This record gives sequence, structure tokens and C-alpha cells, in this order.
Amino acid sequence: MENNNREVLLSVKDLEVTFGSKRKPFKAVKGVSFDIYKGETFGLVGESGSGKTTIGRAIIRINPTSAGEVIFKGEKINGKISRELDKRVTQQIQMIFQDPMASLNERAKVDYIVSEGLMNVQKDLSKEEREAKVSKALSEVGLLPEFASRFPHEFSGGQRQRIGIARSLIMEPEFIIADEPISALDVSIRAQVLNLLSALQKERGLTYLFIAHDLSVMRFITDRIAVIHKGVIVELAETEKLFAHPLHPYTRALLSAIPMPDPISEKQKKLETYDPSMHDYSVDKPVWTEIEEGHFIMGNEKELAEYRERLKD
Amino acid sequence: MEREVILSVKDLNVKFSLRGQVLHAIRGISLDLYKGESLAIVGESGSGKSVFTKNFIGLLDKNGWVDSGEIIYNGMDLAKFKTEKEWVKIRGKEVAMVMQDPMTSLNPLKTVGWQIEEALKLHQDLSGEAARKKAIEILSDVGIQEPERRYKQYPHEFSGGMRQRVVIAIAMACNPKILICDEPTTALDVTIQAQILDLIRELQKKYQLTTIYITHDLGVVANVADRIAVMYAGDIVEIGTCDEVFYQPQHPYTWALLSSLPQLGIKGEDLYSIKGTPPNLFNKIRGDAFAPRNPKALKIDFLHRPPYFEVSPTHKARTWLLDPRSPKVEPPASLKNIRKIRGAKLVEDGGEE
Repeated sequence: MENNNREVLLSVKDLEVTFGSKRKPFKAVKGVSFDIYKGETFGLVGESGSGKTTIGRAIIRINPTSAGEVIFKGEKINGKISRELDKRVTQQIQMIFQDPMASLNERAKVDYIVSEGLMNVQKDLSKEEREAKVSKALSEVGLLPEFASRFPHEFSGGQRQRIGIARSLIMEPEFIIADEPISALDVSIRAQVLNLLSALQKERGLTYLFIAHDLSVMRFITDRIAVIHKGVIVELAETEKLFAHPLHPYTRALLSAIPMPDPISEKQKKLETYDPSMHDYSVDKPVWTEIEEGHFIMGNEKELAEYRERLKD
Repeated sequence: MEREVILSVKDLNVKFSLRGQVLHAIRGISLDLYKGESLAIVGESGSGKSVFTKNFIGLLDKNGWVDSGEIIYNGMDLAKFKTEKEWVKIRGKEVAMVMQDPMTSLNPLKTVGWQIEEALKLHQDLSGEAARKKAIEILSDVGIQEPERRYKQYPHEFSGGMRQRVVIAIAMACNPKILICDEPTTALDVTIQAQILDLIRELQKKYQLTTIYITHDLGVVANVADRIAVMYAGDIVEIGTCDEVFYQPQHPYTWALLSSLPQLGIKGEDLYSIKGTPPNLFNKIRGDAFAPRNPKALKIDFLHRPPYFEVSPTHKARTWLLDPRSPKVEPPASLKNIRKIRGAKLVEDGGEE
């Protein structure tokens, strides 16, 4: 497909993140690889503890990596990098956090919260320029410029998340990592924030890495989805392909768990459960394989044969 | 079909005193809860759904009070209860509650077994070996593997879903008649959420429980609720069977809630979102509370509070749209998609059975 001609913005290769001491290491992310194309929304889905947030944090250099590479616009950005590159990465990659109640400094005014990152990168910025940028960022996310002089506690959850978005927009990033940006919000507010994110993407040609555990939201917003389980990506495909032909048993379990607002089909639905011990990888090791165009899956020879059968239906 | 009413709420008004002002949190709700049914109460944060059910268990915050109305259970009027002594007879034994966050509702310093036994000692006069046996039995009842070993463990040794199972075990320890689940799965993963909902449904069948689910997400209740009550600004604006509310919703607020579900969204198009904010309950509300946020509101919506209009014997809604004199307003088109989604897949036309 056109994928071959598309520009890769971020490329993750055999990424590993290890926590804990040298004696008792714990690998939270085990050899993960994927590419994110410019302008797309790439979803990373998995349950808590799967390492999805860790990957996001490793890309933005919060968590150190223990192996592998993160390549952003052709440059390696993990591990030791020059100060100049670090500064550039900080400006070009931004993050939106899950809980707008916890991610804003309660003692700072919105003006400071939104412009803090900017002041770190552009030290020579005048007060007027800064204020102009803050009010521009606020109005872009649908907040009034007057709000700059208020404190976070004066805002509702949805407004706080908008402040979080304004804070990343002001840096004029190319790539935004959104870590469960709507999980903590009410259903009606979710819609507002999702719409805002897609409007911003259209306007500015942003690229998103969208991290969530809820596939129903993912389906609505992402172009491609990677499913991660226990630090390993088990399946990756275009969103509609993944929903049409979920192959890996874990993906199927996740899909079957999506609650649907339809009583009849809900009452007929069968939950699929995933038990990792169902894989017999003792002899036949699993490999990361492209099973159809743009659809990757982790499986051994025997499983891959089954998956191919299923694709034919 | 005559059904036995287990709890009956009549014109309940609850008020809070906050910073010298009076907040009218529950504005005249009447509701009959039938024995053995599962009722879902759906609404945004601040709609009063938690406050409403807290009245059944005597957990209203200190600055709140029942201003008028009755809550009849077993011939007693719970709204008249004043002392803890009276509530102890109801709480746990008759009505139990499962809270949202299993991390904060368990005591981190006590073993799981101890916490279940505590309830057993208090309400069933069990102690020693008998209490231990019963606690282990309940643990396996809620689907915890190796209950003997788990019995001695602390909450931090359990995952989120398992912890919620423990909370349910404690709630079930005294064989309550009514189980209130306040956002029981909001803090959990999707897969775990489905399992917990399954568990509650199983327990409900096994013990003929009456359950109340409180949630803000209409998407999760299709499978668990027999009836759905939609709350807005301290009032039930629509109530009906699960099928009625999903397939023939009547109130504009129910329409808005349903349309804003991402499951019904179409990629590349904006998701429907409700404009504005819920009304300030410190002020007196005139007319239909949802009118200011309803782009298609009628003039009368701003003037007079609509009464309930009956759609079917089980389905009623508080909206002037159901008045025969009102102009016909069609529900949003996206709601037609509800029947087209199957197993997370949008089926093309011709999906009717």
C-alpha cells in the first residue's frame, strides 16, 4: 500500500526497558519495534501493567532504555544524546497525561503551567510574547484567554485536560504522546476532548501516539493499532483490519470485552479469555511476522498457519 | 405482571448546606425498586446518582439531609432514620455497597480474610473457625483461586480486579438483599471490567439479589441492567427497560448521552458532544433542567418543569416532547447505528433480524 512511500516520523527498534536493581531486573518492555508515520494516529493498547505507558515514557526520555533504539526524524534519541538534540526533542515531542487532576501544579496559575515548558526552551522570550502565546494556546483548545490568571482547582475535569493539551501545544510539537487522555473523564466530556484532538491534528498535521486500554475509543480515533501484552507487541494492524480480523487470542479477548451500547448483541456476546499458557513456545519459538499487508502478528509456525486459515474466511 | 417492590422512594428531596448556601441535590425523585431486578442509574458526575443511593444506606455526608419524602423498605421509612443504631440494622445486612476504587475501600494493614471476617462477626455473630470457613467460602464464591492461601494475604498482594472481587466478597458477607455498585468497574481494565460485571450478574442470580449499578457510561450497562434510570441535575429524566432506553430513547438528554459514545462515532467525523455545563444546583431550576444545553429545546422547556409522560407501562420520560401538542423532533440519526453494531463491528444495512 501507500505505507511504503509514507514518511516515518518515529521508529522504535527492539526497545527494552528494565526496572529494578541489577540483581533483580524486571523487563517491562521486551524487544518492541514499530514505526509511526507522519500525520497518523498510532494506538497502543493493552491492560494495566502491559508496558504501554512505559513505551511512551521511554520515547519522551523519561524512562531510560536498556536496549534498542528510538529514532525520531532519522536521529537516535534514546540513551546519551547531545544537549542540543535533547532540547530539540523536548520541544518537538510532547505528552498529554491521563489524570488532569494530578498532572497540573495546584499552586501555579494556568499562565505559568502552560508556558513553563516554553520558558525552558526559549529563555529570551519577553513577557508580552509569552502572554500572547499563552492566550493563543488557550483559545486554540477552546478556553478563554482570561483563564490564564486562574488556578487549576477552579476548573472542571474537561477544562483541566484542555489546559494539559494547551501546555503541549504551546511548544509547537510535531509529535504528541497522549497517555489515556480521556480515561478519567465523563462520557460527555470525552467526546469534547476527542473532537479537540482530531481537530488539532487536522489543523497542524500532528502525529499522535495514543495510549489507552479501551478499544472502543481506539477504533474511533486511531489509524493503526498495536496490541501489547506483558511488554511484547502481539499484533499490529490498521484499525479496521484489526477489528475485521483480530487474530491473536489476546486481541480477540480485548475485543470481546468492549462493552457495546446494544442490549441484544450484548446479551448474546461471549467473552473470550486469554490464557498465555495456551501458547506452546518451548520448541517452536514465536516470530514477528507480516501475515497480510500491514498486519503483523507474534506467533510460531503452527499458530501462523492457523491464523492464515482464519484470514481466508 | 405484578412484581414485588422491595424498596420504594417517594418524592425524595435531599439538600446540602455548603458554605452557607443550600444545594438542592435530589429534586423530588420517586422510584420503585423491584425484588431481584438490576437497575442501572446513569448520569454525569454531579447529577446526584451517588447521593441518591447513599440515602438507602445512611451514608449521606454530614452536611446533607433528607428535606422531604419517604424511602420505604420492609415497612420502615429509611428517610426518618437518625442514629447510627438504626442504620446498623440496615447497612450490610439489608443493603450493601461496592465502591468505585478497590484500592481505597480496603484496609491496607489487615489481611483480606480479617476484613471479610470483620463483617461476619459484626452481622452474623460468627467467630473463630466458623468465620474463617465462611470467609474462605465467600472468597471462592467471588471467583478467587486458592482461597485458603489468598485468605492470609494483604490487599497489596492482589491486582485491581482481584481487589474489587474482595470488596464484593465483603459486601456479600452478610447476605444483603440489595447490592449497590457505585461505578464498580471505572478504575479497572476493559477485560477485567467484563469479568467483574459477569461476577455480579452471577451472584445476583445465585442469591436473588436486587442490584443497583451507578455509572456514567451508558455503554457498559446494556449487558447488566434490566431497567435504566437516566439522571440529570438531581432528577430521573427517563426510566425504562434496557431495550426501551437503548432502542427508543425519548429524552433529549438520553439522546445526547447515547450519541456521545465513541462506539457509535464515525471515524473522521466529530463525535457528538454535549455543550455547556450541568446547571448549578444552588440556584432554583426553572423548567426542564437540560433545556439550556439542548439545542432543540422548546420555549416551554424554559418555563415549566415537564411531568412524566408514559411511553409504555414500564417506560416514562420527563420531556415536553412527549406532549401531544409538541412539534415532532427526531432523535439524532447516529442512534440508529445502535442496532447495527455487532461484536464491535459496524454491520452494513440489512442488519435487522
